[in-house]
Amino acid sequence: MAAAVELADTDARPPGRARKGPGVAPWVFLAPYLVLFLGFVIAPAVYGFYISLHDYDYTLPGKPFVGLDNYAKLFSSDSVLFSDFWNSMRATGIFTLFSVPLLLAVPLAVALLMNQKFWGRNLFRAVYFAPYVLGVAVVAVLWRFLLDSNIGLVNQYLGALGLPDSVAWLTTTPAAWVSLVGVTVWWTLGFNAVIYLAGLQDIAPELYESAKVDGANAWQRFWHVTIPGLRPVLSFVTMVTIIASANMFGQSYLMTQGAPGQETRTAIYFITDTGLRNYQMGDAAAMSYVLTVALMLLSIAVFWIFREKERS
Amino acid sequence: MNEPILSSGVSRRAFLGLSGGAAAGLALAACGGGKSASDAAGGAGAAPTTSFSGTYSGPAVTLSYWNGFTGGDGPFMTKMVQEFMKENPNITIKANTVQWAQYYQRMPAAVTAGKGPDVGVMHLDQLATNAARKVIVPVDDVAKAIGLEESDFTKQVWEAGIYQNARYGIPLDVHSLAMFYNTDDMKKAGLDKPPTDAASYMAALDKFKAAGMDQPFWMPTRWPDHLMFLSLLWQNGGEPYSADGTKATFDSDAGIKALTWMADIVNKGYSPKNLGPDTEYVAFKNKKYPLHWNGIWQINDLKSSGVPFALAPIPQIGDRPAAWANSHNFYVTRQATQDDNKLQASKVFIDWISKKSAEWAGAGMVPARKSVRETEAVKNSIQGPIAEQIDNLHFLPPIPGVGDVQAQTLEIAVSDGITGKRPPAQALKEEAAKASQLMEANKKKFGAS
Repeated sequence: MAAAVELADTDARPPGRARKGPGVAPWVFLAPYLVLFLGFVIAPAVYGFYISLHDYDYTLPGKPFVGLDNYAKLFSSDSVLFSDFWNSMRATGIFTLFSVPLLLAVPLAVALLMNQKFWGRNLFRAVYFAPYVLGVAVVAVLWRFLLDSNIGLVNQYLGALGLPDSVAWLTTTPAAWVSLVGVTVWWTLGFNAVIYLAGLQDIAPELYESAKVDGANAWQRFWHVTIPGLRPVLSFVTMVTIIASANMFGQSYLMTQGAPGQETRTAIYFITDTGLRNYQMGDAAAMSYVLTVALMLLSIAVFWIFREKERS
Repeated sequence: MNEPILSSGVSRRAFLGLSGGAAAGLALAACGGGKSASDAAGGAGAAPTTSFSGTYSGPAVTLSYWNGFTGGDGPFMTKMVQEFMKENPNITIKANTVQWAQYYQRMPAAVTAGKGPDVGVMHLDQLATNAARKVIVPVDDVAKAIGLEESDFTKQVWEAGIYQNARYGIPLDVHSLAMFYNTDDMKKAGLDKPPTDAASYMAALDKFKAAGMDQPFWMPTRWPDHLMFLSLLWQNGGEPYSADGTKATFDSDAGIKALTWMADIVNKGYSPKNLGPDTEYVAFKNKKYPLHWNGIWQINDLKSSGVPFALAPIPQIGDRPAAWANSHNFYVTRQATQDDNKLQASKVFIDWISKKSAEWAGAGMVPARKSVRETEAVKNSIQGPIAEQIDNLHFLPPIPGVGDVQAQTLEIAVSDGITGKRPPAQALKEEAAKASQLMEANKKKFGAS
C-alpha cells in the first residue's frame, strides 16, 4: 500500500521539480527476486562461511569454532586434506582447460552448419540438441558401458577397424580425460549451439550482402562479420561454459569414479565426498569458498579479455 | 545430487499424552533420544526405558522403514513386509529402498530432519558410526525379548553390534565374499572341484589357460577389490585397524603380501589390466571367464543371468582360512523414540522379521542365527558352503567413522596397487599413515569411548 502511495506521489509531482531520489519504488519491483536472492543465495552463502569457521558435523552435538583453521589446512602441506584437495583442483583445471575450447569451437561450427539452408535442417538441429535433454546419470551410465575397455562397444568397433582396441578409456589417464571431455562435449554442445544459432540469426543479412559486394570471400565474411556480430553471445557462452566445466561432478562420479586412483576426482566431487559422505562440513565449506574465489578471479579475467577486444 | 529424496515420511511430534500407563518413563525416553544432540551429549544415547512385550495393541500406526535391498534380495524383503502387514493389520509399513551407496549419506540427514526411518536395516560396520552420531538408539530390550543369545551367533557378529556397552543392531543375516565359478568352464579345463588353497588355485588358473581361457580370473580395480584385500589380509594373520580404533595397520607385512598377490594376478597375465567399475561382474555374467570373487548377495542376479555357476568359499591363499563378511542389522532410530506407539510397533516388526530369517535365506544370504543356519533348507541352498564356513568370517571392528576412512585410504591403496600406479608396499604405507591421521581425528570428534 505504502508503495502505491509513494508511486502516486512521484507521479503527481509537477515536471521540472527536483526529485529527491527514486524512493522505494525500485525496491518494491525488485522485492520478489530479492527475497529469493537473499533467501537462497546470500543467506546460504553467509551460513556456508559460518560453517567453514567451525569443525562442523551436523549429526554431532559439538561444533567447535576453529577460526580459519579449515582454510589453513588447505594451504599447509602437512595436513591430510592438502594433497587430495589440490589434486582435485588440478583435475578440475585439466578438465576445464580441455573442455572449454572444444565447447566454444565445436558448437560454433555446428551452429554455422545448421544456419545454412538445406533439406532436413530441422531434423539435424534436433539431433544435435537431443543429448542435452538427457540427465547426467543417463549420459554417464550409457557411456560407461560403451567405453568399457574390455566389454565396451567403442573398443569393439576400434578393433573391427584394425585400430588399437585395448585403450582403458575409463581407468587410465590421459585416456580417461579424453573420455570425460569427449562425452561432455557430445552431451552439452547442443546448448551452446542453440545460443550461437540465435546469435547468428540476429546478424543483419545486409552486412553479409554489403561484404559480398565489397568482394569479401567466405572466410573474410566469417572473420569480419560473423565473429564481431557474435561477440556479446561469445562472451556469455564463454562464461557459462567455464563455470559449467569447473563444476563438473556427475561425469567423473559416475563414469570413472575418480579413477585411476583419484586422478579424475574433481573439486566438486571431493567437496561432496568430504561434506556429505564424511560429514566434515567445515572443511567442505572452506574448500567451496576457495573454489568460489578461484572461479571469481577467472570470471574477472574473462570479462577483462572481452572488454579489451571491444575497445580496440 | 539432484534426485529427490524418495521418502516423504510423515514428520511427527511425540503425542506422549495419548499413550497410557508408561507415559512417565516414555517422556524420559523421548527426551533422551529425541532432543537435539547437544542435550544428549553425555552418554551413548539414552536407552528407552520401556519394556518390550512382543506384541502391539495400540492405535493404527505407520512406520517408515528404510533398507537398501535393491538387488536380487529386494523382492524377498517386499514379500516378508507384506506378510507382516497381513498379520498385523494395525501396523502399516511404508518401505523406502535406497541404494546402499547413498543410504548412509541420506539416512542420518533424514533422521536429523525428522523425515527419516523409524526402523530400518543397515550394515554391521555402520552401527558404531550411527550410534556415535546418535542417529540410532539401543535395542537391548528387543534382543532380550526375541531371545537373542550370544551362543546362537558367532562371536564377531554378536560383538560388532555392541557400542559402548549397548546393543544397537539385531542381526538378520551374514553375507560374505565368496568364489563363484563357471561350471561349464570347469569341465572344459578338466577340474572336478574348485581350488581351495594357493597352490591348487594357481594350478587351476594354469589349467584354465591351457584350456584356452587366457585370462581366467579378472581382478577388479574398484569394488570389491578391497573386500578381497581384507580377506587376504586376515588370511595372512593381519588386522586392518588396531582394536582401540586409533591406528590403521593394513600396511603390515600381511597386508603387503595380500596386495602383492593381487597385483601379481594382473602382472602375470591372469587378468586384464585396468578393469573399469563392474566390468569383471558383467563379464562373468556373460561367460567371459571362469573364476570370480564377489559377495553372495549376487546369487539371485547371477541365477537370472543364465550363467552356469556354483559357489565355494574363497581359497585359502594365506596361512589360515578367512573371508570378509558383513551383516544386515535392524535398528531403531532416535526419531521413533518420540512416539511410543511407533517405538513399540518398530520392535514388533523387528521381532517378527528376525524370526523369519530362514525365509530371508532365499535372498541369497546366510541367516545370522545358528539355529536357523543349521536347517536343511539353508544347508542345501547355493550359499550352503558359505554357511558352513561361518567361523572363518571376519567383520570390520565397531569403530565410528571407519567406513569413511576406509573409502578414502585403504580402497585407494588397493586400487593403486592393482593398477600398478604405486607399488603395493608404498601405496599401503602412504594410505595407512593417512588413515591413522583420520582415525585420530575421528576419535577426537566422536569422543573417546
